[in-house]
Amino acid sequence: MTRWMDEEAGPVVRPYALIGGRTRSSGDALDLVALVTATGAAPSGGFVPGPEQERILTLVTGATSVADVASELDLPLGVVRVLLGDLQDHGLISIGRASASERILKEVINGLRAL
Amino acid sequence: MDFEPSDEPVALKILIAGGFGVGKTTLVGAISEIRPLRTEEVLSDRGIGIDDVEGVEGKTTTTVAMDFGRITIREGLVVYLFGTPGQERFWFMWDELSYGALGAVVLADTRRLTDCFPSIDYFEQRGTPFIVAVNCFDGADRYDAEDVRSALDLDPDVPVLLCDVRRRASAKTVLITLVEHSLKVLTASQSSS
Repeated sequence: MTRWMDEEAGPVVRPYALIGGRTRSSGDALDLVALVTATGAAPSGGFVPGPEQERILTLVTGATSVADVASELDLPLGVVRVLLGDLQDHGLISIGRASASERILKEVINGLRAL
Repeated sequence: MDFEPSDEPVALKILIAGGFGVGKTTLVGAISEIRPLRTEEVLSDRGIGIDDVEGVEGKTTTTVAMDFGRITIREGLVVYLFGTPGQERFWFMWDELSYGALGAVVLADTRRLTDCFPSIDYFEQRGTPFIVAVNCFDGADRYDAEDVRSALDLDPDVPVLLCDVRRRASAKTVLITLVEHSLKVLTASQSSS
């Protein structure tokens, strides 16, 4: 049977099965470059992170972008947003976004020159 | 450098736009490590007639593969490059992509200059800072940047430059030109408010 299952065939577990068939959560509006960081809090209120959410929590011990999380987990962005939304609702991750200041842009220009 | 180690991490977003096959992925790959990103989008009426949904009429989303690149300037300061999907059917993704973007590079091919009109219109309307980079394909006639500017009817303050996106040094110049332009726009908006 294994010959029927390769990369092309897609995942054995459909992505939306991972999130209980939902396509909406508080993670909906998460920008691709919003930065996700684990808070280190213990799950509470009966919430048990799923295996993918455990992987996310391990991944985001340092600030990690939403795009990087999706790419690293090889899951579609919509699925990752739902997973992140749940984690945020339960206080297990914080999500931040700093805006670009003049000083940051100058640093980027110098950094690009030095590449 | 005047940054303190306690600086909040910052992630910036740059869009690479332009017509299909103009070299967006090549540009991202020339300067950063390309990573795959899957996204899925709600099938809109724009997909009708293109996406064959016969037999799967219940299908309301479609998977779109995107590329993105990451350039680490220093720890806690990362620039992300996102290629905007070239085909018109994916335009509904642009609002999300361009939200909060530092700026956009519109890649143009002089053999098919009209292909970049929609991108230019889009960023002009949204007020996203952008530059036009003319990718010099082998065998294509060379034009002056100023000829391209007038053909595209661009504002005089929009930078236009010629480039070869296969070359890292050229890709670097393109990005630096964009960030310098974004900085100018940011400084101007701060002094006028």
